[in-house]
Amino acid sequence: MREIQEESDWISPEIEREVAEGLGIPVTRVQSVVQFYSFLYDKPPGRYRILFSDNITDRMLGSSALLEHMLKRLKLRRGQTSPDGAVSVDLTSCTGMCDQGPAILVNNFAVTRLTPRRIDEICELIRIGAPVAEWSSDFFRVDDNIRRSETLLTHLEPGVALDAAIACGRQGMLDEIKRSKLRGRGGAGFPTGTKLEGARNAPGAEKYIVCNADEGEPGTFKDRVLLNSYAVRVLEGMAIAGFAVGSTKGFVYLRGEYRHLLDKLQAEIELMREERRLGTAIRGCAGFDFDIEIHMGAGGYICGEGTALVESLEGKPGRPRVRPPSMVQVGYLGKPTIVDNVETLAHISEIAVEGGASFAKRGTHTSTGTKLISISGDCERPGVYEYRFGVTVSRVLEDCGARAVTAVQIGGASGVCLTPDEFSRRIAFEDVSTAGAFMIFGPDRDLFDAAHNFAHFFAHESCGFCTPCRVGTAIQRNIMDKIAEGRGSRYEVNDLMRLADFMKKNSHCGLGETAGNAVRDTLNKFRPAFERRLHARDFVPAIDLETALEPARRITGRDDADAHLVTEA
Amino acid sequence: MSINGSRKVKVRLATTSLAGCFGCHMSFLDIDERLFELAELAEFDRSPLTDIKHCGPCDIALIEGGVCNTDNVHVVRELRANTKILVGVGACAINGGLPALRNRLKIDDILDRGYRDPVSGEPCIPNSPELPLALDKVYPVNEIVRVDYSLPGCPPSGDAIWKFLKDLILGRMPRLDYELLHYD
Amino acid sequence: MADNEFTIDEQPVPFKPGQTILEAAKTAGIYIPHLCYNSEFKAHGGCKMCTVLVNGRTQTACTHKAAAGQELDVNTPELDATRRSLVQMLFIEGNHFCPGCEKSGNCQLQALGYEYEMMSPHFVELYPHREVDASHLDVVIDFNRCILCELCVRASRDVDHKEVFAIAGRGLDARLIINSPTGKLGDSAFAITDRAARVCPVGAIFVKGIGFKTPIGERTYDCESISAEADSCEVPETT
Repeated sequence: MREIQEESDWISPEIEREVAEGLGIPVTRVQSVVQFYSFLYDKPPGRYRILFSDNITDRMLGSSALLEHMLKRLKLRRGQTSPDGAVSVDLTSCTGMCDQGPAILVNNFAVTRLTPRRIDEICELIRIGAPVAEWSSDFFRVDDNIRRSETLLTHLEPGVALDAAIACGRQGMLDEIKRSKLRGRGGAGFPTGTKLEGARNAPGAEKYIVCNADEGEPGTFKDRVLLNSYAVRVLEGMAIAGFAVGSTKGFVYLRGEYRHLLDKLQAEIELMREERRLGTAIRGCAGFDFDIEIHMGAGGYICGEGTALVESLEGKPGRPRVRPPSMVQVGYLGKPTIVDNVETLAHISEIAVEGGASFAKRGTHTSTGTKLISISGDCERPGVYEYRFGVTVSRVLEDCGARAVTAVQIGGASGVCLTPDEFSRRIAFEDVSTAGAFMIFGPDRDLFDAAHNFAHFFAHESCGFCTPCRVGTAIQRNIMDKIAEGRGSRYEVNDLMRLADFMKKNSHCGLGETAGNAVRDTLNKFRPAFERRLHARDFVPAIDLETALEPARRITGRDDADAHLVTEA
Repeated sequence: MSINGSRKVKVRLATTSLAGCFGCHMSFLDIDERLFELAELAEFDRSPLTDIKHCGPCDIALIEGGVCNTDNVHVVRELRANTKILVGVGACAINGGLPALRNRLKIDDILDRGYRDPVSGEPCIPNSPELPLALDKVYPVNEIVRVDYSLPGCPPSGDAIWKFLKDLILGRMPRLDYELLHYD
Repeated sequence: MADNEFTIDEQPVPFKPGQTILEAAKTAGIYIPHLCYNSEFKAHGGCKMCTVLVNGRTQTACTHKAAAGQELDVNTPELDATRRSLVQMLFIEGNHFCPGCEKSGNCQLQALGYEYEMMSPHFVELYPHREVDASHLDVVIDFNRCILCELCVRASRDVDHKEVFAIAGRGLDARLIINSPTGKLGDSAFAITDRAARVCPVGAIFVKGIGFKTPIGERTYDCESISAEADSCEVPETT
C-alpha cells in the first residue's frame, strides 16, 4: 500500500477497490490497513506532506513556535490540506531526530535542525513547486552524533563475523550466544540465546529472523545510527542468527520515519549479495543460505511490539496478538520467528568474533555487554553514547554535559522518570532498564508538560483492540488536557492514578501497560507541578461553561449578564 | 440532639428537576403510604413539592434531569452549595438521558431549525434576557458539580427510591438489590 | 492435585486438555463474565471482561489455556471493581441510551452493569458522533451502541463466509466498517438469515420490526442475572 501511495500521493476509494479486486479480498481489509497507519492517507494530504515531530524534546527546542510560523506562512490550519492540493501540515509522533531537532518529515524524508529561516526556505520551495528530490541536501542531513564508543560502535571488516560464525558451527554459535548472556536491547531484555534456541528447536524448516527497526519509543534514535553507519554488524548479525537457528530468510522492519535509510540499506544488501555475504552458500559455506528483505513501516508505534510487527509484516493492521503462543513457536505466517532489536543483532556480530565469554566480561553479572544510549534534551552534547552496562546515571549526565538537572526520563514515554536523588542508579536490566532513550530536563522545565506530551502520544498510538487501553488512554489524555487548561482539580488527579494502575493490570500489551507510567511518576515525584495548575476547588466542571454557551450566544445575539457563566472560584 | 442521641432530628431533603421530565419525581410519589414514614424522618426544603424557591442548608439533595442551560447550572450549584449529600436520580442526571440525544447536533442548528416564522420562514429565535440560555450540549450532573451518589433508572421505581433514600437517611451505604437496579 | 485439575478461588476444578480457563469454568458451572466471547468462534480477548488472576498475573480466561496446578482468582472485590470499570468505559465510549434501546433487558453490556452494580458511568461522557444505518431491508445497525467486540466480524467471516464486517481505524477511532460499494449495509451481501445477524450482544445490530415486544419485567435479564443465566454465551434475542 505504501508503494502505491508513493505513486499517487493518497489512496482513493477507487484505488482501494482495485487493490481489493486484484488480491481477491474484501475492500474492507484494504480499508482496515489504510486507516490504521498514520502515513497511509485516504484523503488527499497534498503533494507536500509536512509532519512536525512532536516529542517533548522537539518542543523543548521550540518546535511549537516553528509550527505556528509555518502554518501562518502557508495560511493553513493544522491538519488541513491547502485548497490547491499542494500542501498539508500536521503533527506526528517522535521521528527519532531528538539530537538534531526540531525535525519534520517531508513526504516521509526527515528534515532536521529547523529554524525560522529554514521554514521560510521550505515554504518558498513549496510555493514554486520544487520537487523534494531537488531541495538542498543540507536540509536532509542526519548526523550520527556518536559521542562515545566502546566495542560495538567500531568498524567491523565485512565477512569477518560471518567467517567466525562458520568456524564455530551452528551449534557452537548458539552456545556462544548463550554463553554471552546477551539480552534483548529493544527494552524487554529477554535472553537472546534462549530465544534463538527455542526457534532452532521448533519443528519445521521454515523459520524467520526479523530485525525490529521500528524504533518508535520517543527519545530513542540509537538504531538509526547503527543502521546508518554499522549496517554490516546488523545485517551480518542477522545472517549469523539465521545460521544458528536454521533460518534462511530475514526481514528488516524499518519504520516509515527512517525512509532516508532505505536506499542505503538496500544498496548494502545488494553489495552483500555480490560479495557472497548473503544469498546461497555464504562465504563459501555450503548450506549457509540467508537473504534479507526490507519492509517499510507506515507510522505506528505499536508496530514495535513483536507480535504487532509480525501482523504488520503480513500486511495487516498492527494489532498485537494473543500470547501464548509466542512468536518463537508461531510467528510470521505461523512459522517460528525471531523478532530482535537492531542492537541485539549487531551484538551477535561482536559475539561471533570475540566469543561469548569475552563478551560476558563486560557489563554486570546479569546485564552483559554494552548498551547504546540516545541522549537528548537539556545537555551540551546530545547524541549516541555507548557504555558498559552498570554505568550510573550521574556518570552519563556528566559525560554529556548536563547540569542542574531536574529529571531524566529514561526508557522513553513508557519508561521511568528519575530525580537527582536517584542518579546513583545504574543503567542495567536489574536496575534502570531501557532500550536507550535518555531525555534530560534542565532547571526550568515543567515535568507536567512532559507527562502531558506522553499522554497524547499513547492515546494517538493505541491500536484500539482492548477496552482498558483504547478508552483508558483517551480518558487520561482528556484529563491531562483539562489540567493543562487550568480547569483541573484534585478529583481528576485521583482518577489519573487509578487509570494508570488499571491500564497496567488489564491491558492487552505493553503499550497499555506502560501508558500511565509517566503520568504516575510525575504525580509521585513532581506533584507540585500538577498542583500549581489545579483549581483551588476540589471539583471543576468537565467543560468550560462559558465556552459551552458560545453557540447559543451567537445565534441569539445575546450578551447580557445572564448569557454568561463563570467557573466558580 | 442530646448526648445519648435519643431525640431525633429530621433530615432536610431538597429536590429539583433540571432537564428532566419529572418522571423521577412522579416515581418518588409512588412510595405511596411510605410518605407517612418519610414525614417522620425528613422535612423538605426547596422542592417542587413544597414550592420553596431557594434552598437553605440541607442534608440530602435529589437531582432529577441533566444540565442543559444556564438556569440548570444556577440551580444545581445552589443545591450543591447547600447540601451535604447530592444524589443524581435517573438516567438524565446520570448520563444526560433523553435530552442528551441532541448532543450529536449543534445547538445553533437546532435553534435555527426550531424557531422560524411559519409564514415568512425568517429565523426568529427567542433572545429575551429573561430566558435561560442553552449550553452546547446536555451534560450529566456529575460533569457540572460533584455528585456523591447515583440512583439509576428511567425512572427508578418507587421501591428503588425508597430503599435508596432510607439507606441514606439511616446512614447506610445505599445499595439496590438486583430487581431494583435498572437503567431503563 | 490431579494432573487435570486447577483451582478457582481455592476450589479444585477439572479440565480437559486443550480447554481454556473459560471453557473449563463453564463446564464446571462457574461463571466468568465475558462480552466478546462466543464458543462458536475463535476467542478474541479484546473486551477484557474475562480477566482473571492466574498465579497472581492477569490473563484473559477466554484465551488462556487451563493447566494443571494453576491457581486462579476469579471472584475478588478487586476483579469485580475491574469489571465495573470496564463496563463504565464501554458505556462512556459510545452513546448507550438504555431507555430507548430495543435490546434493553436482553443486553449483555447492561446485564453486566447490573451484575457489578454500576450505579453511574463515572467517567466523562465522550458523546461521539456516530451513525445509524437503516439501509438494509431487515436489519438496522446503530453504531452508537457498538462495543467493538467483533462477534459480527468473526461470524460473518467464519460462519457466513461473507466477510461483511471489519474493524478500521486506530485507538478510539476504531470502528466497524461494512464491505459494500456504498459502505452501508443495504448493498452488502448481508442477509437476515446470517449468523452475524443474531450474534450482537448489545443493541447495535438488530432486526427491524420486533422491538419492545416483551414487557418490562419479562425480559431475559429482568428475570435472571447474567451470572445465573444458564448458557450466557447464547445471546438473547432482541424482543
